[in-house]
Amino acid sequence: MSEIIHQPEHHVKLPEGSIEKQTTTLNLGPTHPATHGVFQNILEVDGERIVSADQTVGYIHRAFEKIAERRPLYQITPLTDRLNYCSSPINNMGWHMTCEKLLGVQTPKRVDYLRIIIMELARISDHLICNSIVGVDSGAFSGFLYVMQYRELIYEIYEEICGSRLTTNIGRIGGFERNFTPTAFQKLDRFLAEYPGVLKEFIGLFERNRIFMERTIGGGAISADRALNYGFTGPNLRAAGVDYDVRVTSPYSSYDDFQFDIPVGSTGDNYDRWQVRNEEMWQSLRIIRQAYEKVKAFTGAEAEIYHADVPEYYLPPKKDVYTKMEALIWHFKIVMGEIDMPAGEVYHSVEGGNGELGFYLISDGGRSPYRLHFRRPCFIYYQAYGEITKGSMISDAVITMSSLNLIAGEMDA
Amino acid sequence: MDLSPEYLQSRLTEKFGDAVTAVDTPYGMFTFEVPKELNLKVLQFLYDDPELQFRFLTDLCAVHYPEKKGRELALVYHLHNMRKNVRIRMKIYTDINQPDVYTATALFSSANWQERETYDFYGINFVGHPNLKRILNVEEMDYFPLRKEYPLEDQTRIDKDDEMFGRG
Repeated sequence: MSEIIHQPEHHVKLPEGSIEKQTTTLNLGPTHPATHGVFQNILEVDGERIVSADQTVGYIHRAFEKIAERRPLYQITPLTDRLNYCSSPINNMGWHMTCEKLLGVQTPKRVDYLRIIIMELARISDHLICNSIVGVDSGAFSGFLYVMQYRELIYEIYEEICGSRLTTNIGRIGGFERNFTPTAFQKLDRFLAEYPGVLKEFIGLFERNRIFMERTIGGGAISADRALNYGFTGPNLRAAGVDYDVRVTSPYSSYDDFQFDIPVGSTGDNYDRWQVRNEEMWQSLRIIRQAYEKVKAFTGAEAEIYHADVPEYYLPPKKDVYTKMEALIWHFKIVMGEIDMPAGEVYHSVEGGNGELGFYLISDGGRSPYRLHFRRPCFIYYQAYGEITKGSMISDAVITMSSLNLIAGEMDA
Repeated sequence: MDLSPEYLQSRLTEKFGDAVTAVDTPYGMFTFEVPKELNLKVLQFLYDDPELQFRFLTDLCAVHYPEKKGRELALVYHLHNMRKNVRIRMKIYTDINQPDVYTATALFSSANWQERETYDFYGINFVGHPNLKRILNVEEMDYFPLRKEYPLEDQTRIDKDDEMFGRG
C-alpha cells in the first residue's frame, strides 16, 4: 500500500493524517466564482455537510494604513474608495467628515443634504448588489441583471458630480468639488420615479418564492448575543434583532433632520439579512426624497452653496488659480499637501454599506496622519463565518457568504 | 445614570485607584490609560458592571511611538455601550522588547482577528490567544511592517536606478 498512497510534496502543508481521515478538505476560493472576491475558505466536509471552516484573508492586502502615513489628507481619499468599492462615496465622505471633525469645520446644511442624497444612493447600490447576488447564488440570475440598470443610473449620477463611477473620489473636505448640475437632478428624478417599481418587482421575484425561501431561511443564522460579541454591525446585526444604526445613534451630516425607520430581523439568518437590506433600500429612498425636498427649499444665495468656507483645505476656483496670486498659492499648497493639520486624535464612524465604517486618525501636527486605522466592518464580522456555517451544506455556505456582504477590498485594506 | 466622563473617571479610580492615568476627552471621547497588566481586569470590569456595560468592542489597533522609551507600542481599544450610546477609548502601553499583552478573545470574539492583525503589523504578542499568526501578510514575513522604523519610500530619493519611472 505504501507505494500507492504517498504524501504529495506540495508547499501546502496537509494536516496530520489527512489522507486517512473520514472527512474531505475542500478549498472554496481564493478564486472561485462563488466567493465574489479573493478570499479562501478551507472547508472540512463530511459528504455535503460542513464540519468546520477556516477562513484565510489577505490576498489583496495593499497596506493602506502604511501608505496613509505619508500622504496628505486628499491623497488618502482615493485609498478609501478601494475599501468597500460597492459604496465608495460613503467611504469618501466618511473620511472627509473625519478630517472635518479634526479640523473643526462646520458644513452648511445644503452640503449635508447633498451628501445624504449621495450616501443613500450608494447604500442602495451596495444593497442592490448584495441582495441580487444572494439571488444569483440561490439560482436566480434574472433579478441581478434586471436591477443592474439602476446601479448604472446611480453611477451616472455620481459621474455627473465627480466624473467617475466606481472608485469615485467624490467630494472635498467641506463639501463637493462642484454643485450638482441640472442633469444630475434630472437623473435623480428619473431614479426616484422608476426605481420603486423595479425594487418592488425585484422583491416580488424572491420574497415568497418557495425555492428562495427554503434555501435561505435558517441558513447562516446568528443570535443577537453572538452577533454583538463578534462585532457585527450594519444590516447583519440588525437582521439578528439589534436596532443599532450609526446614522441614528451618532448622527453625522444632519441625519437627525430626517424621518426614517430602522428595520430589524429576528433570526439573523440569510433570509432576514436579505429582507433587512430590502427594507433599508425603501428607507433610503424615503431619506433621499426628504433630502431632495430640503435641497429644493433653499432659495437665493443659499441654494448655490455646495461647500464650506475652508480656504486651507478647499481648492480655490480654477479661474482664480490662473489669474490671482493668492489662489495660486493656496492651490499649490493644498495639492502638494503643505498644510499642517492640528494635532489630536479622533474617531469618526459612518454607517457604511455593510456596517460601521470607522476612521481612527491620530495626527501629530504634520502634513499627513501619524496613524490612520480603518475599522472595516466585514473584516470583523467575517470571523463568525466558521461558526455560522458549521453543520450546513456547502451550497448554503455559499449563500451565507454572499448574504454577509463580504467585500474583499474592505477585508484586506 | 448618565455616563459622563466625570462619572466614568470616578468609577474607574474608585476601582483601580492610581492605575488609571492620562484621562482626557479629546473630541468628546473619554480616553484613559491603564498599565498593561490590568487590561483584562479593566475590560472585564467595564463589561460586567451593571452601570457601565461596555460590551461592544468597536475597534482594536496599535500605534508605534519610537521616541517613547520603554512604552513604544500603544494598544488602543474602542469600546461602546450600545444601550446608553457612549463610546470610550482605553490605551495601554508596552515595551517594544517585551510586547506581551493579555488577549481579550475570551471576552470578545471579535478581538480574535483584530489581535491577529495587530500582531501581524506591530508584533504585539497576545498571551493566551487561540491562534496568533499572521493574517494579512504572508506567513514567511519576519518583521512587523507598520512599525515606524520601516519608512515608506522617500519620493525625493535619487539613489535609485529606475529609468522606467522617470527617476533614471
